[in-house]
Amino acid sequence: MRVLVILEERGGHISRTSWEAATAALRLAPMQEITAVVIGAQTELPAAEAAAKAFGKVIRVEHPLLAPYTSDGYCAALHQLIQQEGPTQVVFPHTYQVRDYAPALACRSGQALIGDVIEIADGPVFTRQLMQGRLNGSYRHAGNGPCFVSVQAGAFRAELPDAAAATPIETFTPAIDAAQIRTRPGEPFRGSAQTVDLGSAQWIVSVGRGIREAENLPLVQELATALGAELAASRPICDNGWLPMERQVGSSGQSVAPRLYLAVGISGAIQHLVGMKGSQCIVAINKDPDAPIFEVADYGIVGDLFEVVPALTEAVKAAKQ
Amino acid sequence: MKIIVAIKQVPERDAQVHIDSSGQWIEEANLQYAMNEPDAYALEEALQLKEKAGGEVIVISTGPERVSQTIREALAKGADRAIHVVCDDLAARDALGVARLLAAAIQPESPDLLLTGLQSEDLGLGQTGVIVAELLGLPHASLILQVEIIAKEGSKAQIKARRELEEGWFQSIELPSPAVLTIQSGGNKLRYATLMGIKRAKTKEVRTVHAADLGVSAAPAVALEAITLPKKQKSTQILNGSAEEAAAALVEKLKFEARVL
Repeated sequence: MRVLVILEERGGHISRTSWEAATAALRLAPMQEITAVVIGAQTELPAAEAAAKAFGKVIRVEHPLLAPYTSDGYCAALHQLIQQEGPTQVVFPHTYQVRDYAPALACRSGQALIGDVIEIADGPVFTRQLMQGRLNGSYRHAGNGPCFVSVQAGAFRAELPDAAAATPIETFTPAIDAAQIRTRPGEPFRGSAQTVDLGSAQWIVSVGRGIREAENLPLVQELATALGAELAASRPICDNGWLPMERQVGSSGQSVAPRLYLAVGISGAIQHLVGMKGSQCIVAINKDPDAPIFEVADYGIVGDLFEVVPALTEAVKAAKQ
Repeated sequence: MKIIVAIKQVPERDAQVHIDSSGQWIEEANLQYAMNEPDAYALEEALQLKEKAGGEVIVISTGPERVSQTIREALAKGADRAIHVVCDDLAARDALGVARLLAAAIQPESPDLLLTGLQSEDLGLGQTGVIVAELLGLPHASLILQVEIIAKEGSKAQIKARRELEEGWFQSIELPSPAVLTIQSGGNKLRYATLMGIKRAKTKEVRTVHAADLGVSAAPAVALEAITLPKKQKSTQILNGSAEEAAAALVEKLKFEARVL
């Protein structure tokens, strides 16, 4: 059993989701059989950070053409590494970057990625969510070759033993030619000037598809005003242009952890839940009792939001008097 | 410019899904289906590119007979023709298996651009476009909101796309055609089919290809063994009664139990 864990760097450090993926890998093999992989044009610092943990070893996959990130560069480099190391499993954090290259990398080995995994049981059996989080699917690797797995952010709590002795660090220099890299990525930039900081809001009322039309938004705004809360939304509301993008909560918007998060007409797709499940108290109002939002809610009202929200606004006003 | 859009038919968003007796799939009888929303955005992007630069938009979809309804919807919105890869065991194939079907059916068309939604609303694998690119040997970019043709020389074009990163960050990415782009929802405004469009769709070409004739392996590398109901992460207190009663009970709870008011 030999497991490769591909770690990502963020803001000069190995990301939290990478440590979580490494922790998930412990369900597959003991720490000594896990190899941590750092990849880029300069990997000395992340390699040292990884080596502080008791991995079997750390491999630096280093090449000048690996910065900035491109799918072509990463696939070429990691495919060569996989051929050399012959792992039984390759584990990734399920990030936007991994979603961009890991399916192609797995395909190069004749495999399919088991993506966005939330649980690993003996077998190993991997659980991931289906139908917008309404159901879970259990998957087993059936192919001959390495099994590729990406791990959902927040599904595992990062807990890795520290290294007692120095973890060996190796360098792997892939053969990459500039002509292999066909995409030219630009510098990341912020979408628009951020004027709303949902991240520091203590009370948030968030609205989703259930509101049906932009004309109905004042209903929810009134509740937010009564509570002294910021108004936020799930992705479809911002996609439709009903509220500005900066009010979007979820993996592509802001991550929030207020004292109270009140979700109105939000079914609770995974991409939304990752942005708000750390809230202290979660309330969901939804007509569908099976909506996944109820899986994370402390309090729920199953009903028509067009009746419940005005009633709640009145009740809040009365309580605050 | 020849643009192929890969679309998927998925259970309607509000449909009640139930696990079937095998425990390995959902009950399909009486289920309402719709076009996967990110794919609808991919189709919209393709139609707008065609309106700007001319060319042809072809939709491709794989699945059983019922998929033809979603194909007609795409034709009614303005696609020129369609390819239906008839496949009755779609659920038994993994992402690689489905991508192999699509790649085999797309290859003879040699499109300049292949667009598809970044993920489906049923399985949510989010891999099809990226794997098809790999199988066809084409460059790709994922999570794209806008597509622009910035230079054209003969049949080759340079594409500039706006890519969404995490937490409100974006980047622009350039790549040469032919290429594959996976489209994020929200980059443009979806159109409705017009009456004229629906009428015209009836006469548009839908070429049928059978999965078995494409000569690709159906053996999955990854098998879906069981479908289960999720475990609740928290025990939710459901507040019952009329809207007024439930609202009053909630305010009580928030004030005295959760102490967040």
